[in-house]
Amino acid sequence: MSDVQDYKSSLSDADASRKFETFSYLPPLTAESTRAQIQYIVDKGWNPGIEHTEPDNASGNFWYMWKLPMFGEDNVDTILEELDNCKKAHPNNHIRLMGFDNFAQSAGAAMVIYRGVAV
Amino acid sequence: MAKVYDAGVKEYRETYWMPEYTPKDTDLLACFKITPQEGVPREEVAAAVAAESSTGTWTTVWTDLLTDLDYYKGRAYAIEDVPGDDTCFYAFVAYPIDLFEEGSVVNVLTSLVGNVFGFKALRALRLEDIRFPVAYVMTCNGPPQGIQVERDIMNKYGRPMLGCTIKPKLGLSAKNYGRACYEGLRGGLDFTKDDENVNSQPFMRWRHRFDFVMEAIQKAEAETGERKGHYLNVTAPTSDEMMKRAEYAKEIGAPIIMHDYLTGGLSANTQLAQWCQDNGMLLHIHRAMHAVLDRNPHHGIHFRVLTKVLRLSGGDHLHSGTVVGKLEGDRDATLGWIDIMRDSYIKEDRSRGIFFDQDWGSMPGVIPVASGGIHVWHMPALVSIFGDDSVLQFGGGTLGHPWGNAAGAAANRVAVEACVEARNQGRELEKEGKDILTAAARHSPELGAAMDTWKEIKFEFDTVDKIDVAHK
Repeated sequence: MSDVQDYKSSLSDADASRKFETFSYLPPLTAESTRAQIQYIVDKGWNPGIEHTEPDNASGNFWYMWKLPMFGEDNVDTILEELDNCKKAHPNNHIRLMGFDNFAQSAGAAMVIYRGVAV
Repeated sequence: MAKVYDAGVKEYRETYWMPEYTPKDTDLLACFKITPQEGVPREEVAAAVAAESSTGTWTTVWTDLLTDLDYYKGRAYAIEDVPGDDTCFYAFVAYPIDLFEEGSVVNVLTSLVGNVFGFKALRALRLEDIRFPVAYVMTCNGPPQGIQVERDIMNKYGRPMLGCTIKPKLGLSAKNYGRACYEGLRGGLDFTKDDENVNSQPFMRWRHRFDFVMEAIQKAEAETGERKGHYLNVTAPTSDEMMKRAEYAKEIGAPIIMHDYLTGGLSANTQLAQWCQDNGMLLHIHRAMHAVLDRNPHHGIHFRVLTKVLRLSGGDHLHSGTVVGKLEGDRDATLGWIDIMRDSYIKEDRSRGIFFDQDWGSMPGVIPVASGGIHVWHMPALVSIFGDDSVLQFGGGTLGHPWGNAAGAAANRVAVEACVEARNQGRELEKEGKDILTAAARHSPELGAAMDTWKEIKFEFDTVDKIDVAHK
């Protein structure tokens, strides 16, 4: 049994256990990878949008929109800058980047870029 | 001048072989692969198939003259060689839309694959494809929710979803079974699944299973903060019993239930799908018995037809084969029926076995489920083949992890996310798969252990049912 590792996850240890859907089982995205993921959203023709929430309320469908989705925005730096602005305004919140696919009427991409303080 | 009654047997081709006919947009078109008895001309056999699957019987009857049979008859309008096989040929038949009750795939199949399949003039017969006219498609209920709604209900975006069929498939008690579900879900799976054999046996009655599994879902959701589901199999001996189980699943808050559409039957499936739509439930569809119908290249019903039938009858998920796992499935043919499940318009493409353009109108799509003998090493190929709108399902590949199925689930989740991240960066998954997984395993001991466990497993049997291509 000594070779078997325990799987660390519990109700009480939020930091180790709470996840945020796509990419939340990987280490936080590096700056380079974040750029690449934003470029992917832009290349797909999807509309980037930023949403954030208090970690307490993360399970609902509707997080707070940061401004409006950035319709037609294809400059990666502009999108990164908005993520930063949202982070400055809401330092303790989860902040996710969406790629809205208006043809599928769905999100083609959704990823938490900044992980807030766990609850 | 009106026809006169002339009793006796006429050759089928006098009435049902119409090479000059141009199919109408509203016709239902079928492509049959016919292996005739020796010495019977192709046109006569093709006409016989058109007759026996529509208005004809073996002899002229006086009541034929009370209607306009020339309007209602099926028409064999084309014949083609089968590439690489001289024993058989393709026959194309057009049926007027009036022959089929609206919204009833049951009625369509009863005609097209009914008596005609036992017809003596044929050695074998296979229904290769059906073009359902969009006018008919729009009379069917279709998938209860569809792909986009499922993503919104489950909050899963930008990646394939992950599932796991609980094993051993028979013999676990309800509480032990719930434990296995809980471990998989807390480790990072989106769904766990009842095996198709699990209905309501003496060792585990359905109601206990539903209760324990629901607790597993709720605890895993609270623990991970993500949405989870388990395909509660409501396949039952009667449709009343099936509905009773479905109602209970809804009552306890389960997001998704499951049905076996071939063994359970298409009437029951269509009923359940309509109920799911009315009640906001997702519906996972298993396909037990399909290989009985679709594996023989000369006789039966091709799976692309069974796929269309399910999309019309209704289901949000359908097992599609994996291409890379333990079960039969030619790659090009599989890509063909995956498109048939998901896309709104599919062009004729013989290289993938698609004989007709198919327009689905506004009918939602079905998510293909890849399941059977797959593990983390297959992940790069699976993400590449299936894309985001899929469920990748690892049974043994989750539960067989040396540290248990929470770790097995985490390994699969890390692997799928690493593949999606790499794909989005423009990397080629099937070429660079090993590097991508190896790098991801550096921060995931669970993935590392999974990669060590399954490294050597391969399934390399040749496919029995292949796309027809010339080999001479």
